[in-house]
Amino acid sequence: MKLTQISIFLENRQGRLFEVCSLLGKKNINIRALTIAETPEFGILRIVVDKPQQAVSALKEKGFIAKLTDIVAVEVEDTPGGLAGILKVIYENEINVEYMYAFVEKASSNALLVFRFDDPDKAITILKKNKINIVTDKDMRSL
Amino acid sequence: MKLSYWNKKIETMDRSLLKKLQLKLLKETITHALNTDFYKNRLKKIGIRSSEDIKSLEDLERIPFTTKDDLRECYPYAHLSVNLKEVVRLHTSSGTTGIPTVVYHTKNDLDGWTDLVTRCIVATGCSSLDVFQNMMSYGLFTGGLGLHYGAERLGMTVIPAASGNTRRQLQLMKDFRTTVVHATPSYMLHIYSKLEEFGFNIKDFNLKKAFLGAEPYSENTRRKIEKLFSIDAYNSYGLSEMNGPGVGFECVYKCGMHIWEDAYILEVIDPKTKKLLREDTEGEIVFTTLNRRATPILRYRTRDLAFIYKGNCKCKRSHRRISRITGRSDDMLIVNGVNVFPSQIEEIIMKIPEVGNNYLVRLEKEGALDKLIVKVEIYSKMFKGDLKELDKLKEKIIAELRSSIIIHPIVELHEPGSLSVSEGKAKRVEDLRPKI
Repeated sequence: MKLTQISIFLENRQGRLFEVCSLLGKKNINIRALTIAETPEFGILRIVVDKPQQAVSALKEKGFIAKLTDIVAVEVEDTPGGLAGILKVIYENEINVEYMYAFVEKASSNALLVFRFDDPDKAITILKKNKINIVTDKDMRSL
Repeated sequence: MKLSYWNKKIETMDRSLLKKLQLKLLKETITHALNTDFYKNRLKKIGIRSSEDIKSLEDLERIPFTTKDDLRECYPYAHLSVNLKEVVRLHTSSGTTGIPTVVYHTKNDLDGWTDLVTRCIVATGCSSLDVFQNMMSYGLFTGGLGLHYGAERLGMTVIPAASGNTRRQLQLMKDFRTTVVHATPSYMLHIYSKLEEFGFNIKDFNLKKAFLGAEPYSENTRRKIEKLFSIDAYNSYGLSEMNGPGVGFECVYKCGMHIWEDAYILEVIDPKTKKLLREDTEGEIVFTTLNRRATPILRYRTRDLAFIYKGNCKCKRSHRRISRITGRSDDMLIVNGVNVFPSQIEEIIMKIPEVGNNYLVRLEKEGALDKLIVKVEIYSKMFKGDLKELDKLKEKIIAELRSSIIIHPIVELHEPGSLSVSEGKAKRVEDLRPKI
């Protein structure tokens, strides 16, 4: 149920983001979701791709620092309060969200959000119990 | 110009008499040095077993140079010449590999040092009427305490302000009508740049003179400081191995720093061939102590580059003058008055497992102050994909460097491979500060 995210350390150098994206493009790897956490001198690019293992190998081969992290992708009703509903469940069960971001595409009328929880396994159990739809690997590949 | 002296007899002593005095004191120093494990072995090897083996000042040339590494190997006691119960204070320098150099002082040693500093202060025309604000750090760093005791001996009103806290420095200067300050040149410029921000005006002060030391600076910088504050600024020279400040100082004529040759034998050598150089020729300054009982040091290679001025000074002091320090014959960096070797930085950052193999030290000027930037590559296996983790790593590197080199650096994290140099020896230091 967990998905794999790739975190890439990027120093703030012109063209560095382009290098990552063009490398993935050449390897025919598709970016499904992305976000950048930035500081004045470096950033961390976080992406969810269709072929994470291949992506990491390709990146490392080119000297990038990349790390795989477990994340959970959740379907969220695209209406006011949709996200709040999920966060309520999460917070009531004392799970922390370290960061989150959204998918580029939608599978249905619902939005897709990526969560990094401090305890992904517990989060999955709780989400399931609350009948919240979790995106699987297979779901993602068919996007 | 009104000339004043603290010890006129010694300060204006005829050079032939001064040389006789030097020989007498050198012999005493050799006797003291032979009490130490370090010099006993070293001098025995060249056939010096007692002061009787020194017949003239020329015999000094037979003695090998003492380096900073030698003194570090002596740590802590191999170069101590007296029983510890006679030692009343010690100072250490910052060490390159964690081991500093130590200088021990007996009561008489401190007395001698203080007297040299008082001579310096008087040579600039100061008197007991002056209010002296000492803006150098107190503690192991010799700059603060050295000037402090010299100024007290003269009877100046001493304000031991120590370094930093610019707002308070300005308030003290204003409230107590400070006439003389002791600071690094960059700190003087920094103070000036903060006047307006802290609500002061140059007219609030009664400043007449500044003693500037602890870092090299140019004649232009001196003139700039003199003009900004409408004061006279005097160049001060010292190093911890030779006590600290008080080794050399400018007199009212500001044409080179008089070296107190009854306390130090001054030599200038070619740092490569180690041959003695003539006056007027730039080389590395070498000192032999003449008035120290606890820590005699023979032919110490300072690594400071300067030359000896030919001819006499108008102040009638017979002690020769050296030029301002123009550079170093090693890779030591001076950052806001604090001495740092690149190897110290390397030692620390290479101990941190998250750091990869490459680093780069960059020095820049930000306003009047120096900025030390340490760029490190992160080790890919240590990357957890977490921003907090990287911030923590940065804080850790800053804290480790700060505790060891006493400078607050700016740390930048980089990707592996981005700092390396593909061929030849990697360049680890980039000094982008304007040249002196």
